[in-house]
Amino acid sequence: MALTGLDIYKKLPKTNCGDCGLPTCLAFGMKLAAGQAELSACPHVSEEAAAELTEASAPPIRLVTIGAGDSALKVGGELVMYRHEKTYYNPCGIGLVIEDAMADGEVDERIAQTKAASFERIGQTLKADVVAVRSASGDGAKFAALVGKVNDALGLPMVLMAENADVMKAGLEACKGANPLMHGVTGDNCDAMTALAKEHSCPVCVSCADGIVAAADITAKVEAAGIKDIVIEPAWDSPANTLKELIQGRRAALREKFRALGFPFIAFPCKQTDDTYVETALAGAYIVKYAGIVILGSLEAAKALPLVVLRQNVYTDPQQPMQVEEGIYPINSPDADSPVLVTTNFSLTYFTVSGEIEASRVPTWLIVMDAEGLSVLTAWAAGKFVPDRIAKFVNRSGIADKVGHRKLVIPGYVAQISGELDEELPDWEITVGVREAGDIPPYLKQMTA
Amino acid sequence: MVYSPAAEKYNGEIGEVVLGTDGVKVGGQKVLPFQGFEGEAGNHPIIAIEVLDVEPEGWPEALVEAIGQDVLGDPVAWAKKAQDEWGADAVCLSLVGTDPNAADRSPDEAAETAKAVSDAISMPLIVYGSGNVEKDAEVFQRVGEVLQGANAVIGPVKEDNYKTIAAAAMGFGHVVAGETPIDVNMAKQLNILMTNLGLPADKILVDPSTGALGYGLDYTFSVMERDRLSALLQGDKVLQMPIINNMAKEAWKSKEAKVSAEEEPAWGDAAERGILWEVLTGVALLMGGADVLIIRHPKAADVLHTTIGLLAG
Ligand code: SF4
Repeated sequence: MALTGLDIYKKLPKTNCGDCGLPTCLAFGMKLAAGQAELSACPHVSEEAAAELTEASAPPIRLVTIGAGDSALKVGGELVMYRHEKTYYNPCGIGLVIEDAMADGEVDERIAQTKAASFERIGQTLKADVVAVRSASGDGAKFAALVGKVNDALGLPMVLMAENADVMKAGLEACKGANPLMHGVTGDNCDAMTALAKEHSCPVCVSCADGIVAAADITAKVEAAGIKDIVIEPAWDSPANTLKELIQGRRAALREKFRALGFPFIAFPCKQTDDTYVETALAGAYIVKYAGIVILGSLEAAKALPLVVLRQNVYTDPQQPMQVEEGIYPINSPDADSPVLVTTNFSLTYFTVSGEIEASRVPTWLIVMDAEGLSVLTAWAAGKFVPDRIAKFVNRSGIADKVGHRKLVIPGYVAQISGELDEELPDWEITVGVREAGDIPPYLKQMTA
Repeated sequence: MVYSPAAEKYNGEIGEVVLGTDGVKVGGQKVLPFQGFEGEAGNHPIIAIEVLDVEPEGWPEALVEAIGQDVLGDPVAWAKKAQDEWGADAVCLSLVGTDPNAADRSPDEAAETAKAVSDAISMPLIVYGSGNVEKDAEVFQRVGEVLQGANAVIGPVKEDNYKTIAAAAMGFGHVVAGETPIDVNMAKQLNILMTNLGLPADKILVDPSTGALGYGLDYTFSVMERDRLSALLQGDKVLQMPIINNMAKEAWKSKEAKVSAEEEPAWGDAAERGILWEVLTGVALLMGGADVLIIRHPKAADVLHTTIGLLAG
């Protein structure tokens, strides 16, 4: 069972020396209990206490790093079953598989597809952030050549897929220091793969056709051999079984603290269907339900964009509204005569409003005020979207330099502030706009007619 | 270490609701969504295709092409096509034309359209109003009456008009879709109000309000998860109704589902992107506990059906 911060504290030296980076042993104990610190950060703990604590204080799902440098992917480390309980922390990796039996043209095409799967949204770059390289030929030299090529071209974290240890070895040698995930530790090749993983200090993926019950035996073995960074592939014989094991695995790790399944999971919808639409849909289900990495057989932009946005939705902290940056957003190429609309920086508000303005095709200046990511009504109620603040924002925004007129449209939901805002902004004429974003296009068209 | 999976401890189940007159049922789960490995998974979620009472404007080209320009202005032909060619499980007639800010069609006109669509199909009919609280109340008194015997779903019923519409549903034997703005407690409250009025629980669907992928889906999804946890684990009776997601309009309003490949060349093929925007919105809602998805694209219906089959096993 998990220990509380206090349980852990009792076993620490209680000297409050601060070497762990925290002011007190109790604070350190709390961090440890929350899975946000490693016991090794305290150099003074007794060996005996360390042994007792290591088992109990390890996070329920290990945080595993794949790849190296800036592009490294961290997966796992999750603490809740449902995102509303707190949040999910480490967005799952999404990537394409490339095989060594593919023609050069196909390989180049897939490299290009991966590069193109990158989009800007709400100030974040959303992209394919992992790539799988699979040995289909069984030829070590061929595999090594492809691994080297993909690594050079993309520099992304890689999943190397080969069940034969000699082939895997060739692949690993072709990307030294890249810290790829070695996929395919099974009951049969466990010893050879574990030895390779130790030699190259790489994370490994345990993969059993029989699913997680059998995988748990293997992860225990791999761990006993000294490898800590493990990823698990659940059963892949059917999507229903994959989903079942993704759910059961998360539950076993979090609820039962079952250590042998306390690792991130990887799913391969690419193995489960030839229909690329269905593949995207399955990947979506696995992203929602607990996969740490999903690998697809097709990732053109039209598929990648919805998938990375879904991932962003799932991994957004439910307690922290997403925000866009305060500022002036020109939509449909506005000029000095175009209308000026003001709203708050809650991302959903911004997206809905800017989407409708775009749809109207009316050139418009949308000025977005920092209201701590709250929607118009909530921000007004919280005193963040109120006349004096709006006035200050309008003045600092610089919109006065962009337009010749002085007409400002405020959201219909805050009609009641228009009088006061008039007083705060004597140069501006305040107009009350519509309440619902959907009504913006007719409103703008009528206004500029 | 031998691992033996522990089942969730359930203390409640989702009631079954019969839709239409052909034996279609939704709900009946005794486990969380798609967790049939530990108990009775109930009825598969169903896919309803949305048809409009007036010809839609501004829909993406690829969507219009997939539906067929010839049926867009003809809800009866559109509904038949959904039933006969696209394998829909139900049809949702959206009375957007009754909106006072749009075509402002009268309750009688709406009733005529609803009756014609209902007579043309054998599968369940869902009728959604424009969302205008006063107008919907008027519209559904007439629509409810002409659809008597069809056991249709009518909605959205909101706190401000539930008395009129739930009364019409009771009087003429329909199911209601009660809509609340992404909030567990408000959903409970509306269900309590409607059952207090005498509407049986097996005549209620919960419409949690739906945000599309990238536009509030995360809020809808988490509220649905909380609804299902309350209903199934805590045994909260007032939330044990199937969930309906009126997602079509939201999904297709998204910029990513709409814009052409010329406008956004980096976003890939527009037709495929639109379909997948609708599909992935649907998939997330299914994982959250949707029992009825209202969608637009025939191909999305196809993909969602296949996916439901594969994930339910
Ligand atoms: S380093 Fe160890 S002994 Fe020192 S304060 Fe931290 S926990 Fe306590």
